[in-house]
Amino acid sequence: MTTIPLRLKEISRQEDRFAYGHRMCAGCGAPIVVKQVLMATDYPVIASNATGCLEVSSCISEYTAWKIPWIHSAFENAAATISGVEAMYRSLVRQGRIDDRQVKFIAFGGDGGTYDIGFQSLSGAMERGHDMLYICYDNEAYMNTGIQRSSATPFGANTTTCPAGDVIPGKPQNRKDLTKIMAAHNIPYAAQASPGHWMDLMKKVRKAFEIKGPKFINIIAPCNRGWRSRTDDAIMLSKLAVDTCYWPLYEIENGVTRITVRPREKKPVTDFLKGQGRFKHMFAPGNEWMIERAQEYVDREWERLQKEAACWAEDEEKTE
Amino acid sequence: MKEPLWKTLTPGSVILEPGSSAKFKTGSWRSMRPRWIEENCIQCLFCWIYCPDMSVIVEDGKRKDFNYDYCKGCGICALECPGKKGNKAIVMEKEGG
Amino acid sequence: MGKIVAVTGNEAVAESLRQVNPDVCAAYPITPATDLMQRFSSFISDGKVDTEMVLVESEHSAMSACIGAAAAGGRVATATSSQGLALMWEMLFIAAGDRLPIVMPVVNRALSAPLNIHGDHSDTMGARDSGWIQLYSETAQEAYDNAIQAFRIGEHPDIRLPVMVCMDGFIVSHSIERVEYLEDAEVRNFVGEYMPVNPLLDIDNPKSYGPLILTDLYHEYKRAQHEVMTRVKNVVLEVAADFEKLSGRKYGLFETYRLDDAEIAIVILNSAAGTTKDVVDSYRSKGIKAGLLKPRMFRPFPYEEVAAALSHLKAIAVLDRADSFGGYGPLFSEICGAVMSMDGKPPMINRIYGLGGRDYMPNQAEKVLDELVGIAETGKVHTLKDYIGLRE
Ligand SMILES: Cc1ncc(C[n+]2csc(CCOP(=O)(O)OP(=O)(O)O)c2C)c(N)n1
Ligand code: SF4
Ligand code: SF4
Ligand code: SF4
Ligand SMILES: [Mg+2]
Repeated sequence: MTTIPLRLKEISRQEDRFAYGHRMCAGCGAPIVVKQVLMATDYPVIASNATGCLEVSSCISEYTAWKIPWIHSAFENAAATISGVEAMYRSLVRQGRIDDRQVKFIAFGGDGGTYDIGFQSLSGAMERGHDMLYICYDNEAYMNTGIQRSSATPFGANTTTCPAGDVIPGKPQNRKDLTKIMAAHNIPYAAQASPGHWMDLMKKVRKAFEIKGPKFINIIAPCNRGWRSRTDDAIMLSKLAVDTCYWPLYEIENGVTRITVRPREKKPVTDFLKGQGRFKHMFAPGNEWMIERAQEYVDREWERLQKEAACWAEDEEKTE
Repeated sequence: MKEPLWKTLTPGSVILEPGSSAKFKTGSWRSMRPRWIEENCIQCLFCWIYCPDMSVIVEDGKRKDFNYDYCKGCGICALECPGKKGNKAIVMEKEGG
Repeated sequence: MGKIVAVTGNEAVAESLRQVNPDVCAAYPITPATDLMQRFSSFISDGKVDTEMVLVESEHSAMSACIGAAAAGGRVATATSSQGLALMWEMLFIAAGDRLPIVMPVVNRALSAPLNIHGDHSDTMGARDSGWIQLYSETAQEAYDNAIQAFRIGEHPDIRLPVMVCMDGFIVSHSIERVEYLEDAEVRNFVGEYMPVNPLLDIDNPKSYGPLILTDLYHEYKRAQHEVMTRVKNVVLEVAADFEKLSGRKYGLFETYRLDDAEIAIVILNSAAGTTKDVVDSYRSKGIKAGLLKPRMFRPFPYEEVAAALSHLKAIAVLDRADSFGGYGPLFSEICGAVMSMDGKPPMINRIYGLGGRDYMPNQAEKVLDELVGIAETGKVHTLKDYIGLRE
């Protein structure tokens, strides 16, 4: 069990497990996510990583930013790859060939490597029940190949494969709700987190590591290149995503939904959208319907989540 | 005779030195430079937990200066810094300016 | 001495895996390999092996899990066929590039379209450039013996490469043959304890697997990978010599049959070599000096040795159970590569046979040998590449 108190003064005493010298863009959200995830625990950790920005920028030629054992093999298989590592660990421990040092296994994947091409591999690993934590750092598009849309890209966003044009104004579809889908695997733990709420994020990682079996945490990871925003706003945007209920922070533990951070006041979704160039066209005259639709989607999903959480809260009251 | 380069490579391109990215200094990417104003610092360490490049030096729980070898000058630390009584403890300045 | 049994190819190879007792296996069903891993699964359920089985949701994940498991630092095996191997394609190159000694029996089957579940070599020929060692097997006995030797070859410290052990779908995988098994202890002794190299599970010494390597070094890494392949031949022979001491069964880089004094010969892989040998015998009894060469190790291909074995011939037919549409059959291309440096190259023909499990009958071999007799006399080749065994 990780016992260091979740106070920055205390956790800052730990050694970094993700080093500087990586080559992600200035102000990228992904390394903040990785650092917070690894800082949350003092268990030994082994990670796999899907092809994508994080992977190509963290391990190039003889330069690796990883201070933990790490493996990248391909784009669509971070979950299958780590499940092989975990299976070997279990086999060798069971045979008495290595000591059980309570090693924890993580797979890191971008939204493309998780929602799309790696979806099957992830679903399979979750169903098989490997003792692993899958972390999706969700920057809402294929950034490594130059900002193409993924099924995590929100409605209206301008990407290089769904550019906002004269006829089609950005991505026509809503995003896929992967966290919900992962929860539907009936895994013991699924959650959403944001690096702007580091304490909530770290608590979730800690909790996940105390649970045996497959766990999934979806973490919003702003990308200033793809979101067409500023290099200094990754944390601001990841907080606004929460405050607007665009990216609610919640967890589903053994089927029980709990909202972990409730915004003091729910801000309009435009607060999240307006600082990002990828949504600029939605603010143009004549496109008011786009903003309305984006707001409706957020409202509906937030309503649903609240009802779900309330239903469990009522249940708890009854049994108490 | 010098061994050809290809004979010196680690089989399977495995990298044996953890954290060797430290040899690659990303500080040269910077166009803006954060400056720490110690007297405005309340030691909240937000700059440390949010820095994507591990470039805020904290020793023994205390914030020290920046590590300019790696800081890319993104400005996240400055934006998130609460400072003291509305006075930021980090300001961004033009690199070399 | 082990026991003599009557088993199918799949059964024999499953038995070899039980005896080797890998630390992790991954499996996904596909005809005609399904029953191999099914049998192995029952060894797991009955507690006869220590293996951790990962029952993945696809072959792509099977090979991915094998890569993770092998990098973690233990002995790993899986099996597949046809579409399954095709789905793994991306990961095959990564297993080899990462230098991970995974052993994979492949039950040869045709590739779609049209869908066909029967034996031909299109699947493994499609994977020949993936960096895997490939061993081919005529019989269930050879598949069993090759599978055991594959672990020693792939895990050899000079090599550290994945190995495919190929056998013909149905013809070998599902036919019952006489097979001599080794004792469990003999097999375990023979393959020895697994020696991990740079294991991920060594958490005190973290390694990074799978970096991005750009133009500055990629070319050099590939040169190094080529070098490893040049060492495989000696290791295959060394392992075969040890295996012969144990089993009395002799293996080499290829098998020759009545080739030494032959004037014409057929070069052919896997089970069809058996039928061909019978036909060679009947031609010999007619006074025609026919012979056969059956490659065992297809990757790396033993060009020099094959060339030396074929150099005295007056005509050669290379029979391919796979096609490279718009090119020659893959085995033919290799034999061309082998004889290229020879003075007075023998005339050669390429015949494609047995696709999608089309029976290879003695009369097909007879027709080919008859043609070779003519070519040997005249030195003239009419049709270089053609299909045989086509229906009227
Ligand atoms: C099988 C395969 N298809 C396509 C690619 C090209 N590719 C590499 S990374 C990438 C996008 C990654 O997107 P995501 O997973 O969201 O990570 P990000 O780069 O955004 O962090 C793509 C399309 C690939 N490497 N492999
Ligand atoms: S493109 Fe985006 S996700 Fe990729 S490194 Fe740059 S900021 Fe990060
Ligand atoms: S400017 Fe960016 S990289 Fe530099 S210390 Fe601040 S947060 Fe870190
Ligand atoms: S964020 Fe500002 S106030 Fe807080 S420790 Fe850093 S410099 Fe000091
Ligand atoms: Mg992405």
